[in-house]
Amino acid sequence: MIGVISYLVFFSTVAAILAIAVLGLNLQWGNTGLFNGGVVASFGAGAYGTLILGGTPQDGHLGGFDLFYPLALLGGMIFAGVLAWVVGKLTLRLRHDYLAIATFGVAVAFENVMRNATAVTGGAQGIRGFERPLQSLIGSGFTYNLVFLIAVLICLVLVYVFLERLTVSPFGRLLRAIREDETAARSLGKSPDKVRLAAFVTGSVIIGLAGSLYGTFYAFVSPQDVLPILTFQIWAMLIVGGAGNNKGAMAGAFLIWGSWTFSGWALSRFAPVEVQLYTGSIQFVLIGMVIVGMLLWRPQGLFPERLVVSQPGGGSRGKTQAEGLT
Amino acid sequence: MIQHLVDGILVGSFLSLGAIGLTMAMHILRFANFSHAELLSIGAYCALVFDKVFESLLPVLAAKIGPLSMTGALAISIVLSMAITGLSAVLIDRFIFQRVRQKGEELSMVFASFGMALIIRNIIGLVFGLSAELYSGDIAFAMILSRDPLLLVKPDQVFVLIAALILMFALHLVLSRTTFGFSLRAVAENPSLAQVHGVNLKRMIAAVWIIGGGLGAVAGIFYGLSYQITPVMGRDLVLPIFAATIVGGIGSVYGAVLGGFIVGIASNLALVILPSGYSPSVPFLMILAVLLVRPNGLFGEARA
Repeated sequence: MIGVISYLVFFSTVAAILAIAVLGLNLQWGNTGLFNGGVVASFGAGAYGTLILGGTPQDGHLGGFDLFYPLALLGGMIFAGVLAWVVGKLTLRLRHDYLAIATFGVAVAFENVMRNATAVTGGAQGIRGFERPLQSLIGSGFTYNLVFLIAVLICLVLVYVFLERLTVSPFGRLLRAIREDETAARSLGKSPDKVRLAAFVTGSVIIGLAGSLYGTFYAFVSPQDVLPILTFQIWAMLIVGGAGNNKGAMAGAFLIWGSWTFSGWALSRFAPVEVQLYTGSIQFVLIGMVIVGMLLWRPQGLFPERLVVSQPGGGSRGKTQAEGLT
Repeated sequence: MIQHLVDGILVGSFLSLGAIGLTMAMHILRFANFSHAELLSIGAYCALVFDKVFESLLPVLAAKIGPLSMTGALAISIVLSMAITGLSAVLIDRFIFQRVRQKGEELSMVFASFGMALIIRNIIGLVFGLSAELYSGDIAFAMILSRDPLLLVKPDQVFVLIAALILMFALHLVLSRTTFGFSLRAVAENPSLAQVHGVNLKRMIAAVWIIGGGLGAVAGIFYGLSYQITPVMGRDLVLPIFAATIVGGIGSVYGAVLGGFIVGIASNLALVILPSGYSPSVPFLMILAVLLVRPNGLFGEARA
């Protein structure tokens, strides 16, 4: 019994961390219509940044600044933000494809550099020697995991509340206005490039937070954690949940992460040994099918975007509108 | 140094072939197709299958042509593989992209293309296994072009370069001399206006996929001749091909040719200063450099 509970805690922690990343992506894609092909770069930047800043000194690679944990966490998020700012600054004024290609390129280059720059990132062995915050106080057993889960859930709720506020704020309205009709927004004196850059960086910082928490949870990060498949998984979560809907995004995260771990477990338990070598391939095909299938048959996701009517006086929510991925 | 330059030109020959199809599809269908590099894998594996079939059916064809590791069987397989890859590109468009296009907008297609890339790549892995394959098990010896500085080139690579240049020239003739070429360019410029003038848009889109798939198949086979065929070759090639299209300017066929060679040469020259582990990052650096200096590429034009 305790085994099941402890597994559930573990599962929920990872799912909640990924849900934070999906919320960040939702700000970029769902609310602003920005295509981020390199979610994993922001995620990795957060994880590497936090572990390098907050870890204990290690031989062979940079790091071990032993910073106070909240500062290390913040450092990881800033690292993710800076990376996004550079890419966004260069591509956001061009046609949409450029952002997709450049962000995809960042993810490839990021993984490549993490794998090769041994002096900075520990190379293929990754970064170890990170002591999780408060571990000396609580110990590293089940209690710690439970406390950590609660901390992650608090982060998730904070991010959710922040984004919900943002969506109904004038800034959120501006984001949707630019997404729907850029020329119209421009004619009202708004500058879409700046607004898009702000949304892109903010989303990446949130994804960076998820990466920081992920690195902290495992107290370890290696190039294996920043493979492109993570980008696909996070997308699938958003598309299944419903782009533009924060609750849907979170639900999608738990749903897809649940299916992913379940399919992995089922394949390793029931599939013949010679098939098990191909577990990864089968799961990748499934993720691809989820993405393509949703786009074909239910592009608005399971929980479509609820368009918010934020007129003075009214303040009531609009009807659920099957509006599609925009 | 000169060796890197020569290697770069040879790599450029198949990057260009891949980039031509990609830039055409990006221009006419207005979306970044992340599954384009999977057409190269489809082509390479198609040729592998046909090559084995022909060699066992007609052992005469298994003989090597001159100093190449290329056989008669493989030569026929290339043509068949071009046709099948072009056809599968049309089918993928018909069943997936076209339907997504009707429902959503450009960026939904980009999502769909990522999903398709994942599906195609891993299905190939499931069918053919995850290990690398070769067209010929024999070791192809390099010719020594000069001893000082040492310059080595494989006969296969020379063949690849010449064949690629011939194909590009043929495409140039088609685009610049035939009615079909004019219609294609008209569709790229302004689809609705072209339709008004009696150009069949659907047929043109299919033609773009056939050309893109056919050239992609050749690119994949040439990649396989130069290195090896693996299920993840599309994953490794997608960024260099995108870099080639961006360097050349999205929509420009000639830009794609030049961009392919530039990216190939740059990636190889980069090995002079960078450790070889970093070479996958080079195309990204080139994209950044182009976006900084000349955002629309060498031959591209600004378009929202």
